[in-house]
Amino acid sequence: MDSDPLSTTFAALADPTRRAILARLTTGPATVKELSAPFDMSGPAISKHLRVLERAGLISRGRDAQFRPAQLDATPLKQVADWADNYRRFWDASYERLDKYLKTLKAQEKKRGDNK
Amino acid sequence: MATTSSTGATTFTTPSDREIAATRVFDAPRRLVYEAHTNPKHLPNWMLGPEGWTMPVCEIDLRPGGTWHFVWRKADGSEMAMRGTYKEVVPPEKVVTTESWGGDWPETINTLTLTEKDGKTILTSTILYPSKDARDAALKTGMKQGMNVSFDRLAAYLQGIA
Repeated sequence: MDSDPLSTTFAALADPTRRAILARLTTGPATVKELSAPFDMSGPAISKHLRVLERAGLISRGRDAQFRPAQLDATPLKQVADWADNYRRFWDASYERLDKYLKTLKAQEKKRGDNK
Repeated sequence: MATTSSTGATTFTTPSDREIAATRVFDAPRRLVYEAHTNPKHLPNWMLGPEGWTMPVCEIDLRPGGTWHFVWRKADGSEMAMRGTYKEVVPPEKVVTTESWGGDWPETINTLTLTEKDGKTILTSTILYPSKDARDAALKTGMKQGMNVSFDRLAAYLQGIA
């Protein structure tokens, strides 16, 4: 039903635990046991999150039947980050300028007011 | 959504899976911030994105149903254009417009809200994508100037939204 890759990525990223898992995986692959350590969560609960991340293409799992270490796949994340980055850069730069520009407008207004 | 009380920093959030929002506090009354966003005399002075762009076209017909058209130009001649239609115009607190970049870019609904507090203005600008497919198309277009995101930056990004 949900065939749009970016939607799947966003849905997967919507959960704070899954974002924390991904943040952990940016430092390198990890097993379910390693991933569940910082969370107050059972292995099966973590595995469930990993399945969502895997379906979204955000991680891949190793073949080792017992441990299946999870590994970050950065491609969909890079798409989200690029998208956010372009948007962020445009508005950051524009708002910086608007900050200064509003000062000018305020000064102009004050000057006009003083001349009254 | 989280707001910030200090000026000089833009906070970016994803209020829902179809939206992206920017929030920033400006040290000016909202009347001026509104003016800076809606008067074609002002916009080319600041709504320019990264260094190197000018805004030679800035047409605004500020009323519900009225249209707007912006064109940005770089010294090398490359251009970006966007246009839309105002849906709601409530001075000096709210503007809702459609926005389209043409081509593959989907039409979004952008909401600007301005709240004044102690002479400062809290600005929130939200972009709502109409459908999941449209957002995907937006992504692909945004990727044209794609760049390499290192794992460090990716980690920082994830921690930022975590």
